[in-house]
Amino acid sequence: MKAPELLVSALTRPESVAALLPSQWDLLIRQARRANVLSTLANVIESQALTDGVPTAPRHHLVAATAVARQQRQAVRWEVRCIQEALAATGVPVVLLKGAAYVMADLPTARGRMFSDVDIMVPRESISRIESALAMHGWTGGHHSNYDQRYYRRWMHEIPPMQHIRRGTVIDVHHAILPETARIKVNTKALWQAPDAVPGYDNLYVLQPTDMVLHSAAHLFHEGELHNGFRDLVDLDSLLRQFGSDDAFLGRLGPRAQELGLERPLYYALRYVQRILGTPVPHRILESIPAPGRPSLRAMDFCYLRALLPEHSSCTDRWSGLARSALYVRSHWIRMPFFLLLYHLTRKAVTPDQADRKEQ
Amino acid sequence: MWCLLRLADLTPSELGYRLGNGSLLIGISPFVVRIRSSIDAISEALGTMYRDFPINEPDEFADFHIEVAPGSRLRRWFRPQVNFHFDGIPSFQPLPANQAYPMLEWGLNWCIATHSHRFLLIHAAVIESGGKAAILPAPPGSGKSTLCAGLVSRGWRLLSDELTLIDMNTGVIHPMSRPINLKNASIEVIRGFQPDAVMTDPVADTKKGTVALMRPPSESVRRIAETARPAWIVFPTYTAGASTTLSPYSKAHTFIRVARESFNYDIHGRTGFEAVSRLIDTCACFEFCYSDLEDAAREFSRLSVAS
Repeated sequence: MKAPELLVSALTRPESVAALLPSQWDLLIRQARRANVLSTLANVIESQALTDGVPTAPRHHLVAATAVARQQRQAVRWEVRCIQEALAATGVPVVLLKGAAYVMADLPTARGRMFSDVDIMVPRESISRIESALAMHGWTGGHHSNYDQRYYRRWMHEIPPMQHIRRGTVIDVHHAILPETARIKVNTKALWQAPDAVPGYDNLYVLQPTDMVLHSAAHLFHEGELHNGFRDLVDLDSLLRQFGSDDAFLGRLGPRAQELGLERPLYYALRYVQRILGTPVPHRILESIPAPGRPSLRAMDFCYLRALLPEHSSCTDRWSGLARSALYVRSHWIRMPFFLLLYHLTRKAVTPDQADRKEQ
Repeated sequence: MWCLLRLADLTPSELGYRLGNGSLLIGISPFVVRIRSSIDAISEALGTMYRDFPINEPDEFADFHIEVAPGSRLRRWFRPQVNFHFDGIPSFQPLPANQAYPMLEWGLNWCIATHSHRFLLIHAAVIESGGKAAILPAPPGSGKSTLCAGLVSRGWRLLSDELTLIDMNTGVIHPMSRPINLKNASIEVIRGFQPDAVMTDPVADTKKGTVALMRPPSESVRRIAETARPAWIVFPTYTAGASTTLSPYSKAHTFIRVARESFNYDIHGRTGFEAVSRLIDTCACFEFCYSDLEDAAREFSRLSVAS
């Protein structure tokens, strides 16, 4: 079995791990850890009641990862409650995005998943009120230069991440799912038309299933740094399998993508989730979405079939570095117009780096 | 007759070869660690410090893949640096090249503390006598490593000097018996206390001051598979000139301090709370003040006999 297929096999056909040699377990654990899906793998194996059959040494790592994921999931629930308490008085509707949404919607996608920041989306006109409410409840703006502040606020689609003074947790507040400057213009108004309310919480929503998939696709195919690319693909696979049993969902996916302006990201999402993870995607769906031209598609295949694999030495070939660099450049290209991009990159190259360094 | 291959059974060049191509797996119970390094100082240090430890075959499962590598490009030669890699990814800021071996030990501590959640992990030394373990939790600078090294030189078995591993299910302590970290003045103190202790040359100007590592007693390594039940929790404080005093300490306060010194108490949530509770219930808890190691050893001897 080729090395990248080891992890894909284990995730999609967990019964296959029964035949693994110690050296294969060694590689599998490392790949999964690097791709940030070790706890997901543990969950998949556990869901098939196969954990007891795993050899002792790797089993300890699966169990450890599960403990961390469980604690993080609990922490997300608590964090969402704190956020809701902070924002309740504003009366502003808040849409949870990504990981926090999967947890609060109680989706299988959340099980075994690791979490970091909480992402929320609020109406653009309410951003200042939200920012103030968060500040009053202990979130701070962090050390961002004036340039960074402008970058986030004016050109991107979020205010700079805020960190809670006591809990240390980070919240990302967006008012759209892609930057204002992006070449794709997302129909944000349509997004707000039909989110699903989170039971038991006032003014708290998650995106409806089609929009959740489309957001995940849009995010993944605009992302420049794909450290979590494989994990995001696994999320997409999980969402599609979860919702895909509903024919109505499948029927709405294409038209909704068109309505929101996200057909291209959906095309790529379906193409690569099928090719890399073997997600069952009905032909008719893929065929109903306009495909990019052949040269474009070949270039995207070259890049994404490499960059969406775990960023581990066992899953790279000599073109992987080039593929990732190309996608990094592409992500900036599609996020802002050319002159803005030039200004931004020049400024970043010339100015000393004020951004937070990773603490040891 | 099948014999377990030990690091001491390898010639220096065999050791260097395996280390260089990343095929050296050391059984550092309860883990297996794959180590790669092209640095001579690492090879020498491992050959001395881990000589009694078993070697595993390269195709076996390893819990951690670690590497200490020279700095890249310029920093390989000019004011040379070294980097610690965990499965190929640099984990910390680089350090001066002469800190290569201490960096390996600290890096391995980090790997274990970050990932080994089958255990409740406490930042504490732990030693054993008569099948019972004494846990010595303490923040850095309290003299726990000095005390640990001292007691281990006076008959106590070394279970661990830095990371105490408590099985979440059974509550027993799993030994790790790795080299003991000594800092600054305690290096000379232990040299005087135990002249035939084997130590690395002191390395100056590290973040922790001057450090040296002391080889674990062969007996401790030989018995590494023997777990022990915790019986005492003792908070040591070294105070120059103080008389040796062992005073009972409140269990409630012990709970708080042990939880605070734990790396993964918060990860385990409720089961972590229950594990610490069981630990405190089964242990006699003390504060310990000392300035003289021989006196301290005698006091601990009395403690061991009294139980």
